[in-house]
Amino acid sequence: MAYPPVLALRGISKRFGGVQALMDVDLHVRAGEVVALVGDNGAGKSTLIKVISGVGPADRGVIEWEGRAVHIKRPHDAQALGIATVYQDLAMCDNLDVVGNLFLGREIDRLGILDEVEMERRARELMRTLAIPIPDVRTPVATLSGGQRQAVALSHSLMGAPKVLLLDEPTASLGVEQTSHLLDLVEELRDRGLAVLLISHNMGDIKAIADRVAVLRLGRNNGLFDVNTTSQEQIISSITGAADNAVAHRTPGTEGAWP
Amino acid sequence: MAVSGSERGASRDSRSTGTGDAARTGSASPGRPPRTRGRSMNVGRYAETVRDRLRGAEGGPILVALGLVVIGAVFQALDDNFLSPRNLSNLSVDIVGTGVVAVGIVFVLLIGEIDLSVGSVSGLAGAAFAVLNVNLGAPEWLAVIVAVVSGMAVGAVHGAFFAWIGVPSFVVTLAGLLAWNGLTLYLLGASGTINIDEEGMVASLTSNYFEDPAAAYGLAALGTAGYLLVAARSRSRRKATGMPYRPLGELWLRTGLLAVVTFAAAYTLNQFQGLPLALLIFLVVIVVSDYILRRTRYGRRVYALGGGVEAALRAGVGVVRVRIAMFMVSGTLAAIGGLFVASELTSASPTTARAAGSGMLLINAIAAAVIGGTSLFGGRGSTWSALLGVLVIQSIASGMALLGVRDAVQFIITGAVLLAAVAADALSRRSSATRGRA
Repeated sequence: MAYPPVLALRGISKRFGGVQALMDVDLHVRAGEVVALVGDNGAGKSTLIKVISGVGPADRGVIEWEGRAVHIKRPHDAQALGIATVYQDLAMCDNLDVVGNLFLGREIDRLGILDEVEMERRARELMRTLAIPIPDVRTPVATLSGGQRQAVALSHSLMGAPKVLLLDEPTASLGVEQTSHLLDLVEELRDRGLAVLLISHNMGDIKAIADRVAVLRLGRNNGLFDVNTTSQEQIISSITGAADNAVAHRTPGTEGAWP
Repeated sequence: MAVSGSERGASRDSRSTGTGDAARTGSASPGRPPRTRGRSMNVGRYAETVRDRLRGAEGGPILVALGLVVIGAVFQALDDNFLSPRNLSNLSVDIVGTGVVAVGIVFVLLIGEIDLSVGSVSGLAGAAFAVLNVNLGAPEWLAVIVAVVSGMAVGAVHGAFFAWIGVPSFVVTLAGLLAWNGLTLYLLGASGTINIDEEGMVASLTSNYFEDPAAAYGLAALGTAGYLLVAARSRSRRKATGMPYRPLGELWLRTGLLAVVTFAAAYTLNQFQGLPLALLIFLVVIVVSDYILRRTRYGRRVYALGGGVEAALRAGVGVVRVRIAMFMVSGTLAAIGGLFVASELTSASPTTARAAGSGMLLINAIAAAVIGGTSLFGGRGSTWSALLGVLVIQSIASGMALLGVRDAVQFIITGAVLLAAVAADALSRRSSATRGRA
């Protein structure tokens, strides 16, 4: 391809004490693409997300942003590059209203004074364009339902106009209708050119919106599949280790044969 | 108190910034309840909104105000001197020491922590001032600065032990309560009671009055006009950008109420000696701190930290720095409050230091913050709650003093009022959680 991927990881390794959580992991995401990151519990998915979002930097390995090597040491570094993360726990400030949470860390002010009117106006606009059903943007988020919280968390991550969106099990706590609405939203964002990295356990979701599937097993790459040409069984056997994929044993750098 | 973020998660109610009515500007503030304003709203729905608001954010302060009226009526019935201009004017000066300390407590409570050392720190500041100024002959301004800075430094030490090392805040500040009280007694040990200059700057903090009636009325007019101006500007901006806004009638009603309260207070003060300097300073401290907390980016992050540590961290809030800063604010304001206490007594003595260490000032300051509507569980409250709460506490104390009730009984009653306020705080969290608007 002509352009390097927005985000590429090469040889990422991380240890926690005696546990090798990640070992030589490679992964890349391109603009306008949804990559699903799957794996059994403890495979290292969340650790990898933390590496990318700067919450838990890697011990070794290279992160490339639009073809250039970068260092992500703090959450701020990731945000500054254009990486937004929606965590599974949807941690929010329950005492603040929707507007306060949306703009948390990116407040708009005039001469040092918070511009509540402008923030509320933009919040309303965003809720309307993304068709998010929030009754009142001045509601404290503690009163929202799971789906609404998810939508607010997602909107918050979009505030900085990111290029890469990390979603950690976004549908885990949602009902059927809310899930389909969220998936529509993710597809819409992809069509606008965002690169999306989606952690999920749900094969249905993955089949519905992912373009590629990257499998992690015991902290290593264990396969990279095209969703359209791979059966669900193949992916699952790769997750459980029934199929030991050749990709896991390839020499480093073959996957990253770009440009 | 030291409750972790996840535990505090779901059960938060919506009366976040409930007590700031006097300084409230029309636009929104963190954690306001759901609100539907203006435009296509008929009378029935508007009444519903008002009822909703009374149950939520604005009900607390109104209840406290009603409580004040009841307290006033009861004590007036028992002793006609209670509502005399002289007594009310004295009350308005007596509240300042505890009130300023309570403002500092609000900062710490907002991030879900507690500072038990404020009583000792205020005693330390008074002693440091007296020793420097009277015994060592340092100029007053220097002694004041040293006293206030030592309060700030003490707060920084507490904050560092809490935020860096991870010692629970109540343990750090409990250790501080003892240690700083010990240091105070040590400082005063050689000389015993030190009388401060009755004509000096610190003494004049509580003995100075602006006797010109124009001062009190001017302040009332300024406050009312400021409120009206900010609220009207916000309303017109909302209208211009096509967002819901408050009906004009409500704006005038609020302004009218504020005017009645402030001008009545000014009239009463002018019946005695005019506007007390101490009260003016207290009001300035409240207005400035409320402004910083609710209108600036920094203040928003303080509330965010109180509402969820994890979310605040991810949003890039410097959690360690904010935590240390809050304890520094609390220490600084405790020291300033201590200077007001020394000013009223015109002395610093081992007896008052022991009394400070015994915790009356501490309990009163925490009680004031909580009674006024600041939550012990973090994230909800405003510095105006210090004013409301300290008025309740001092009214009861002053009334009982007039009636000649013994100290022993006063302690029991103050303790009961504190417990009732905290119980109400806990209940309001629970009931709003079950209503689904946690």
